[in-house]
Amino acid sequence: MTAKHRVVIEPGSGSQNYWGDLWQYRGLLLFLAWRDLAVRYKQTTIGVLWAVVRPLLTIGAMWFIGWLFGSNVPEGTPRILIVCAATLPWQFFATSFSETANSLVANSNLLTKVYFPRLILPFSTVLVSAIDLLVALLIMVVLMAFYAYLPGPEVVLLPVFILLTLVSSLGAGLLIAALNVKYRDFRYLIPFIVQFGLYVTPVAFTSQDVFGNPDIPEALKYLYACNPMVAAVDGFRYALFGASQPIHWVGFGISSCISLVLLIIGIVYFRRTERGFADTI
Amino acid sequence: MSGPIIHVEGLGKRFTLHHKQRERYTALRDVLSERARSLFRPDKSQASTSDFWALKDLSFDIQAGDRVGIIGRNGAGKSTLLKVLSRIVDPTKGRVTIEGRLASLLEVGTGFHPELSGRENIYLNGAILGMSRKEITAKFDEIVAFADVERFLDTPVKRYSSGMYVRLAFAVAAHLEPEILVVDEVLAVGDAEFQRKCLGKMKEVAMGGRTVLFVSHNMAAIQNLCSTAIYLKQGQLITQGATADVLTAYLKDTGSAARMDLSERPDRQGNGAIRFTGFYLSDEDGRELAAAQSGATVVFNFDIEARSAPLRDVKVAMGIDDQYGQRITHLSNEVAGQVFAQADGMKRLSIRVPRFPLRNGNYTFTLFSSVNGEIADYLLNAGGFHVESGDYFGTGRTPAEDQGTFFVDHSFNLS
Repeated sequence: MTAKHRVVIEPGSGSQNYWGDLWQYRGLLLFLAWRDLAVRYKQTTIGVLWAVVRPLLTIGAMWFIGWLFGSNVPEGTPRILIVCAATLPWQFFATSFSETANSLVANSNLLTKVYFPRLILPFSTVLVSAIDLLVALLIMVVLMAFYAYLPGPEVVLLPVFILLTLVSSLGAGLLIAALNVKYRDFRYLIPFIVQFGLYVTPVAFTSQDVFGNPDIPEALKYLYACNPMVAAVDGFRYALFGASQPIHWVGFGISSCISLVLLIIGIVYFRRTERGFADTI
Repeated sequence: MSGPIIHVEGLGKRFTLHHKQRERYTALRDVLSERARSLFRPDKSQASTSDFWALKDLSFDIQAGDRVGIIGRNGAGKSTLLKVLSRIVDPTKGRVTIEGRLASLLEVGTGFHPELSGRENIYLNGAILGMSRKEITAKFDEIVAFADVERFLDTPVKRYSSGMYVRLAFAVAAHLEPEILVVDEVLAVGDAEFQRKCLGKMKEVAMGGRTVLFVSHNMAAIQNLCSTAIYLKQGQLITQGATADVLTAYLKDTGSAARMDLSERPDRQGNGAIRFTGFYLSDEDGRELAAAQSGATVVFNFDIEARSAPLRDVKVAMGIDDQYGQRITHLSNEVAGQVFAQADGMKRLSIRVPRFPLRNGNYTFTLFSSVNGEIADYLLNAGGFHVESGDYFGTGRTPAEDQGTFFVDHSFNLS
């Protein structure tokens, strides 16, 4: 039996073959995601409807606010579609971010009793939120059918922007999840970020309302673009409504760069603190 | 010639203790305020933490196919060692090389979800323990049969009795097929029959040529299951070798609370003609023991101090209580038929108990002595001692924990 499977444990040795291990444990990732879904649908009576009811209510509220404040909508496109195209990625971000951020503390019993690459936990929660997004996309399809609206060829870009949303939520989620293990007061930050994010993300309004408004100082526009979700939402709208929702490229660039940087910081910090999770949790 | 399957070299694990910590977890708020405060008195900031080495410079080898018991008192670092070997916590120092697939069972039913059915939990738990879906499917029927839960497979486990729950959880783990199996104190749960079944299964696993590392407080189980043992104390390795030798070393190891000074006890009654001033346990040859062991010869030794001579018609008695304060038995020279007509100048009194019949656990004792019919010294709850489990019957078997507090020698005759 010559070293067909050799493990060397040394201080800080977690990194050797980490990504290989992650691939080996992909089965566990799927099982954990399946567990979360199965449990959710067993505990709640309306089960799968939750994935529909929550975005529907949010769409309704956002539509009303947008209408109240008279945000810009292109001629001939119903406001509800514009709002819906932003609510879906926003909901995806909100659930996947907060679930990811809580994923380590919520599974502390696993962390202290079994070995597996810890990234499995946040990854599996993101997977669950992604499934929710797929269900919620049906709302979009139904609404578009109702208004007899057919998206242009830009719709093929939709997966890219779904990925961008995933990058934003995973980056922020990983960072908060790792910090939350050590400093439990970060958990109070999670609902605040989600709540605050909804005001500064173009859900009820559009990015054109911001970038196209001469009364808003340039500096504030750049600050607005620092929200990683601006790029994701603008991208969603562009993919579904084409040229009528043009992307503001500078804003989009800033926003998506911040998304990427956040993901890198999140992964690096998570990987650096990961070996100590079982000690501190 | 193959090398060791596990090679541990200079292993150390340090924990930092926070003395000032009032809360169970750190809050950033506290860290920030602490930092701010320490700006003004930088010398004090170091004083709030201290290092604690749970494992210290540990080196040993384990050969393929060994069944190794890891023993040591609470806090000796047994669980930390298993967690390092299982890659759950990172060592601070040293190096471990493991040649083969290692699976660890540190808890029964890790990751079980109460809302999921038995069937679903088998798959989930299997995946958590590192089995692939295919492996679980192949073993599924065996697991269900072992756990004896066929009728409840589709019931959520929250409706299971605790016995069923533990059976199912152990069954999944028992069907893991790694080269090395690490098990922490999981036999302490479940009913008697199931414990026997588990022990049998573990033996089967071990006999199948796999390497087993086993932590337990149940010395009888270790004696029964393990070929070699490792004794840890305060994070350091004291001995490694054949199980019987290591167990002896463990039981003889002093430095625990087994030796007691009774001379300063104020809560005593009697005229003080004789006083008990100290207590320790020893084996037959007078070597001090940290704990008694069921089935072994145990000697209770008392230092005595005679205040006034002459000492005539000395009577001494020791009452032993279990942890609930229930009197279990009474030892005295009177019932043993020994008369101490004269005891002048005596310094030590010992009571020898061959084949100690009490079960593992903690016991307390009360001491009594009288001289010339007058109470000389009476110390209620004078002290306590610990009994480790042992092979009382010489068969490697003991009745289940819930079957009484002591053993009775017996034999059967079928005619």
